[in-house]
Amino acid sequence: MTLGLINANPVVHAKKERIVRSEEPHTDNVIDPLDIYDFVRDIRDPEHPYSLEQLSVLSEESITVDDKLGLILITFTPTVRHCSMATVIGLCLRVKLKHYFPPHYKVDIKVSPGSHASEESVNKQLNDKERIAAALENPNLRQLVDECLYSNEL
Amino acid sequence: MAETTQLTRHIESYVDSSSTPTHQATSLDAIGLLIKTNALTLEALVRELDMYLTSTDTVIRARGILLLAEVLTRICSKPLDSETIHSLVGFFKERLADWKAVRGALVGCLALIRRKSVAGMVTGSDAKAIAQSFLQYLQVQSLGHYDRKLCFELLDFLLEHHADAVASLEEDLIYGICEAIDAEKDPECLMLAFHIVESLARLYPDPSGLLASFASDVFDILAPYFPIHFTHPSSGDTHVQRDDLSKILMSAFSSTPLFEPFVIPLLLEKLSSSLHSAKIDSLQYLRVCSSKYGAERIAKYAGAIWSSLKDTLYTYLAEPDLSFTLPINGIGFPENEVVIEALSLLQQLIVQNNSQLVSLIIDDEDVNFIINSIASYETYDTISVQEKKKLHAIGRILYITVKASISSCNAVFQSLFLRMMDNLGIPVSNIDGLQNSAIFTSQNVKFGFLYLCIELLAGSRELVVLSEEKRETYCTLLHSYSTVLFNAFDSVLDVSADRCLPGPDIHIGVKGLQILAMFHLDVFPIPKSTFENILKKFMSIIIEGFNRTVLWNAALKALFHIGSFVQNFSESEKAMSYRSFVVDKTMELLSLDDIALPFSLKVEALSDIGMTGMKNMLTILQGLEGALFANLSEVHRNLKSSEIAAQLLECYSCKLLPWIHENGGAEESIVQFTVEIWSQAGNCMDFNSPFEEKGLLDSMMKALKVSVGCCSVESQNAIIQKAYSILSSHTKFQLNDVGRLPLTPGAYDISPRDEGILLLFASVIIALRPKTHIPNIGGLLQLFIITLLKGVVPVAQALGSMVNKLIPKSNGAEKSGEFPLEEALDIIFNTKIWFSSTDMLQRCNGSSNGSEMVLTDLCLGITNDRLLQTNAICGLAWIGKGLLLRGHEKIKDITMIFIECLMSDRKSSLPLIEGSLASTEEQKSDPLPRKCAADAFHILMSDAEVCLNRKFHATIRPLYKQRFFSTILPIFQQLITRSDSPLSRSFLYRAFAHVMSDTPLIVIVNEAKKLIPVLLDCLSLLTEDIEDKDILYGLLLVLSGILTEKNGQEAVIENAHIIINCLIKLVDYPQKTLVRETAIQCLVALSMLPHARIYPLRTQVLRAIPKCLDDTKRSVRREAVKCRQAWASITSSRSLRF
Repeated sequence: MTLGLINANPVVHAKKERIVRSEEPHTDNVIDPLDIYDFVRDIRDPEHPYSLEQLSVLSEESITVDDKLGLILITFTPTVRHCSMATVIGLCLRVKLKHYFPPHYKVDIKVSPGSHASEESVNKQLNDKERIAAALENPNLRQLVDECLYSNEL
Repeated sequence: MAETTQLTRHIESYVDSSSTPTHQATSLDAIGLLIKTNALTLEALVRELDMYLTSTDTVIRARGILLLAEVLTRICSKPLDSETIHSLVGFFKERLADWKAVRGALVGCLALIRRKSVAGMVTGSDAKAIAQSFLQYLQVQSLGHYDRKLCFELLDFLLEHHADAVASLEEDLIYGICEAIDAEKDPECLMLAFHIVESLARLYPDPSGLLASFASDVFDILAPYFPIHFTHPSSGDTHVQRDDLSKILMSAFSSTPLFEPFVIPLLLEKLSSSLHSAKIDSLQYLRVCSSKYGAERIAKYAGAIWSSLKDTLYTYLAEPDLSFTLPINGIGFPENEVVIEALSLLQQLIVQNNSQLVSLIIDDEDVNFIINSIASYETYDTISVQEKKKLHAIGRILYITVKASISSCNAVFQSLFLRMMDNLGIPVSNIDGLQNSAIFTSQNVKFGFLYLCIELLAGSRELVVLSEEKRETYCTLLHSYSTVLFNAFDSVLDVSADRCLPGPDIHIGVKGLQILAMFHLDVFPIPKSTFENILKKFMSIIIEGFNRTVLWNAALKALFHIGSFVQNFSESEKAMSYRSFVVDKTMELLSLDDIALPFSLKVEALSDIGMTGMKNMLTILQGLEGALFANLSEVHRNLKSSEIAAQLLECYSCKLLPWIHENGGAEESIVQFTVEIWSQAGNCMDFNSPFEEKGLLDSMMKALKVSVGCCSVESQNAIIQKAYSILSSHTKFQLNDVGRLPLTPGAYDISPRDEGILLLFASVIIALRPKTHIPNIGGLLQLFIITLLKGVVPVAQALGSMVNKLIPKSNGAEKSGEFPLEEALDIIFNTKIWFSSTDMLQRCNGSSNGSEMVLTDLCLGITNDRLLQTNAICGLAWIGKGLLLRGHEKIKDITMIFIECLMSDRKSSLPLIEGSLASTEEQKSDPLPRKCAADAFHILMSDAEVCLNRKFHATIRPLYKQRFFSTILPIFQQLITRSDSPLSRSFLYRAFAHVMSDTPLIVIVNEAKKLIPVLLDCLSLLTEDIEDKDILYGLLLVLSGILTEKNGQEAVIENAHIIINCLIKLVDYPQKTLVRETAIQCLVALSMLPHARIYPLRTQVLRAIPKCLDDTKRSVRREAVKCRQAWASITSSRSLRF
């Protein structure tokens, strides 16, 4: 394992402005990608004091929602191909969605195709219930996830 | 002797470093007072101090010198002879060398040097001596903060007031100052330091003199401070702000032209920095410096400044808002400080270095690129983002250039404008041939061309306003091209064109025409015929282009602006044209039935055009009157007429009347209009019922109400007389007999037309001022009471208004011949109303089987007729409101009647008027009258829109709601606790919910402890009925108010448990989203309470919230997430456990 940071100099992008939704009575109120994006964009990167949005790990386009079938698919892009933090980021996303979205949605989390060296195994790990549960019982991991989710550094 | 010992004590207490500061200050004041009152001479003091001033103990010496210095500060207005001053100066200047006692020396020097000439001031040579010794001995930067500040004050004062004396110090002075200022960091000291540099520059103004050789050194010290970066908290103990520092540094920078070789390159460099404040500062400094340094010195930088200005504009100029048609600044851009500064710098440079800048701009490759490629910018949407930016920036630059001076304007028009025209194939040589031919079709007009034209026109329009000279080159050019320009703008707006241009292009067209029309006529480079053509064009859009909303609205707005401009600048000739082409045409629109323009748009155009000026408004008002009355007389034949009349009335009361009222005057026309409505209303009666259309009647009432409300007492008197005469002559009401006959509701079976007139009359009564004389009040009161029982609500409101405004006997109502309030109340509450026992609403002719009762009896349901009862309650509520507002005693009785109604099931023993037992049972449980009584509290407490408010001149006692609330609170509390029937309790809750939600929050918060349990009961009760959702929401807002107020916290903490239980029931209230949202927000507020109190409730909340995460409304889901996070995180600061 490499010592120090995996990606020491990430490219930081500007934050996009939050879209203020108009509160018209007839607007469609179903859950859409922007809803989810608004929840997860501020998750802090495990390595750097920047949000996932700033590091371009996530974008609104990388989230798809099927409200009828109750499916949410999030595809994220790690900053470097060999990023070992990809699984932590995935875990953060899952924990946050678990807490703030109705439980009847099935959440799939994947790294975007070609963005990671061991793409298949990462995807498998991210969607494996047992391994997620196990990871969350690990106090160190749990603390890391909580720090990313509720950090005030941003 | 006694004084001496006293003095010694004071001195000792001051010098003693162990005594408290307040102690020291009192001693000092005492000594100062002794000297001021001549009880002690300065000489004696010095002699007394002798030992302290010369002691070898540094602490004592320092205190001693400071004492003398402080005393001198306190006696600054006491005259001293020059000998004393001289010797004191000698002493203190020597002491400057004594670094251990330097504070005292500094304070002493300052006190001496600040003396005014009337009290004997320091001579020039003394000042110089102080300065010399200062420069010789003091190492300013090695001193503490306060001492440094004193040093700078001293230097500043010397330079400011003894300039001649210190000037001779020359090099020493400059060196000394440089040394003192170097690396200073404290903002307060810096303020002084920068000012010292400014004074220094004033001291040696000679461009080849002493300072010239030191300018570089001095500036090296100043330069690092730019741009001021200030991290000091704004609310600290210093009062210096970033802006103050920046301003004073700016005056230091610009203080002498000698700095020019250093300042300008620095500023240009910082201008390219990415720091926002650096940019703004650089632009500001450049503007001020260039005006101070003069054109000659700036000339060599003009090129560099110009190119960086251009770059700044490219980056910072945002997308313009083309739909904003106010033409004052050409195209409207969103405000941006950098852009504003950059443009004002540009303007300053153009004014200063005219020919140089103009040639820079005209020969600039970007400008030329835009001018040459103008032909390719067809429509707004086809221009690429990059080029759009360029176009906007160049447009702004040209606007400023044209606006800056006449010569720059001429130059731009002569070169760029003509070149642009050439590119479009309209050479100046051929201009006459093109004059009348329509060379533009909408296909070949280019957006870019029109855009730049607008900026040029807007600039020159502003220049024209300022300049005296009228026959300038640009005017001649504009004159010869005016037709071409008109055609160009006109062609974009072609209504019949098949292709529909996008919004920006249309706005450009409208804006162009508008600016053309808004040149002042006396300097008008555009002929009158063009002005009229523009008006015609806009009118044709108004008449025909209504299906293109963007264009139509823009045209109307443009017409409005042109109209207001023409009115405000009293351009009589143009005003004439405007009246004949626009105002008259718009009025004609009303009577034309054959055009397709929808009526609502006609009315909109009418009101907008009217608002351009009072004269136009009165014309428009006349037109509206004509159309309105024509339609009113048609009402009974034509259903459409009544619709039109209603729209016209609506326009009158919502738009025209407020405008007239705001702009003052024209009351006669309002009165005339109102009287006319009355005549019409009278005439209408001769036909069928005109008021079948409810909408029309409502509009008439509203129009009458607001117009009467605007009038003075005299006018109101006239109107009410007219109204009364119509009421008595056109209806069957026997107003004069009504007082003599017993009141029997059955006597007046009101026909709809009588009711209509009565309603109109009631709306007049509602809007009257207290001083207005109402004829035959007695008769009217009786008439109102009877009609009120028929359920005519406005009549009840009129009654409320009357009792609200009548003058009581104590205020001399009888003497002035007015109808006193007491008498009115007597009529209302004590007049007997006759009923027959068999049929309530039939007149009974004998008293044998009839019964008589007063209004309040009806409210209590004695008649056994529920409809009558509800009507009576509602009427009484409005009467009560009138009394409540003026703070009358009687309101208590009325309230008690309502409460009795609420509780009426306790009165089963009350003998009811005959009826079958079954029906009595049924009626007794009928909740309608009781609900009505509960709602009466809403009428009492809420702010009414339709009557009894400031607009309608109600008498309103301050804090009436508070008073009422505090009297009624204990009553309700007692009744609620004692009430044994759940039904009456529920009605009590309803009534009290109304009271609470309309009481000012501050009163509620004060009583929070008592109120919260009741409030929560109300909330859970109100969830049962869907119809109560609004009152439920109102009450919830009260609760959230208590939760967020600091004073309410204590009560909340006590009741946290039951509040949370109640809120959890509301988070999935299905009938109203706002209720769910507010309930969740309340839960969030509760999570801020002390940890120990709310921790046990945590699981309960966390279990309830997830169902809100799945809410159908997005806003509720968001609040739910916040709530969940707030409650999940109360375990500890960091980690969350769900």
